[in-house]
Amino acid sequence: MDASAAPTRHLVRMRGRSYVAFVFCPAVPIVGWLEEIDATLARSPGFFVGKPVVLDLSAVEFSQSAIAHLITSLEQRNIRVLGIEGVDAAHVTTSMPPLLTGGRPCVLMQNEPKKPEAKPKPMSLLLESPVRSGQSIVFAEGDVTVLGSVGSGAEIVAGGSIHVYGTLRGRAMAGVNGNSAARIYCQKIEAELLAIDGYYQTAEDISATLRNRPAQAWLDGDIVKISPLN
Amino acid sequence: MAKVLVVTSGKGGVGKTTSTAALGAGLAQMGEKVVVVDFDVGLRNLDLVMGAERRVVFDLINVVQGVAKLSQALIRDKRLENLWLLPASQTRDKDALTDEGVGRIIADLRTKFDWILCDSPAGIERGATLAMRYADEAVIVTNPEVSSVRDSDRIIGMLDSKTVKAERGERVEKHVLITRYDSARAARGEMLSIEDILEILATPLLGIIPESQDVLRASNVGSPVTLNNAASAPARAYVDAVRRLMGETVTMMVPVERKGLMNRLLGRRAA
Repeated sequence: MDASAAPTRHLVRMRGRSYVAFVFCPAVPIVGWLEEIDATLARSPGFFVGKPVVLDLSAVEFSQSAIAHLITSLEQRNIRVLGIEGVDAAHVTTSMPPLLTGGRPCVLMQNEPKKPEAKPKPMSLLLESPVRSGQSIVFAEGDVTVLGSVGSGAEIVAGGSIHVYGTLRGRAMAGVNGNSAARIYCQKIEAELLAIDGYYQTAEDISATLRNRPAQAWLDGDIVKISPLN
Repeated sequence: MAKVLVVTSGKGGVGKTTSTAALGAGLAQMGEKVVVVDFDVGLRNLDLVMGAERRVVFDLINVVQGVAKLSQALIRDKRLENLWLLPASQTRDKDALTDEGVGRIIADLRTKFDWILCDSPAGIERGATLAMRYADEAVIVTNPEVSSVRDSDRIIGMLDSKTVKAERGERVEKHVLITRYDSARAARGEMLSIEDILEILATPLLGIIPESQDVLRASNVGSPVTLNNAASAPARAYVDAVRRLMGETVTMMVPVERKGLMNRLLGRRAA
């Protein structure tokens, strides 16, 4: 058995890969342009840290020493230049970053926080305090829940159902947008008027046996019916 | 820290002015520096109940319009040296009051007094809304009858929405004062019960003032009932209410039927 294994040859594999880089387009006078860079750095010192930067010198006519000076100036500001573009190959020495060609413009992704999605409108309205005489609560979008009482001379208008956990002494109008399935519930019924989808009963129509008891009102065809809640 | 307290009701004739005078005098008797301000421009009465009607020279409207200084319009009570009155004008109407004018006067009074009691006119219009506008606390005067209670409910709603405090998202501290409580009629079930009133208004009770001839008698002689006859039942009820306003805990006494008490007294005397 052969103890030594023959050394295997590894092929050098090449892969193409593209990256996004910041492109600087210096303009004359170069001193003024560098001041602009300084101003940006003063606002956010870490702005260029770790970001690849390419110099596009197509708009200016720089000598070899001018290019070298510009690169040094940028390095003093902690900006490392990855490559140069738009300049004659004769102007680039081996100590400078390589000459790049074939760059394509691209849209930089803005790293803004995403706007929270608009919450769907609440379909119910909760009132934690009593509804006083003379107050009118109109909520066409859905149900209204009142934790206190609804005073005599107050009114609640709801697109959906109305729930009153205190005494209902005022007017309650449910299902105002044509919702005939809406109902009115209350812990104690002393209402002046109950209406569902436009059909109504006044206090006179409400049976005395129901008074001061938990009750609900619903629509049966075109008649408002009231029954005790037990 | 000065407190602005509005005495209000919505309905007329329930005892706002009587209560303002009685509470103001009661607070002054406890050593507080008090001013009672009449907001009932055109139908002023507080000066009469306070017995100061013959000493009025300048009034609230004069001060609002800059005709007179506040110190010229304030009238010091003859019986209590730390009780003052700012009277209303009888010849003008409520349109003469302006929001900023009232605000300026209230701010000025805050620097000079411990308590500023605003006697609100009846109704829910300009006079009443301006009287409550800058209030920190409110006493809602209610009679034990449905019309008065419903109007009080309306006023409480306005206190929760139309005052400066409410607009800032704070709360005006509210108290219900039940006046003209007739124990005999209550016993016969002819009046709303205390429980019913408090259930409807859902607001803490400050006191129950019994119906009494002493109130009328005191008004006629131009004296707050707490000063005129301190031993009378309404005076004692007002003093209890004042102590509750000052933050004390005082047991609530529901006035008992008068006749029974008298009979008992007479019976004892006969024995």
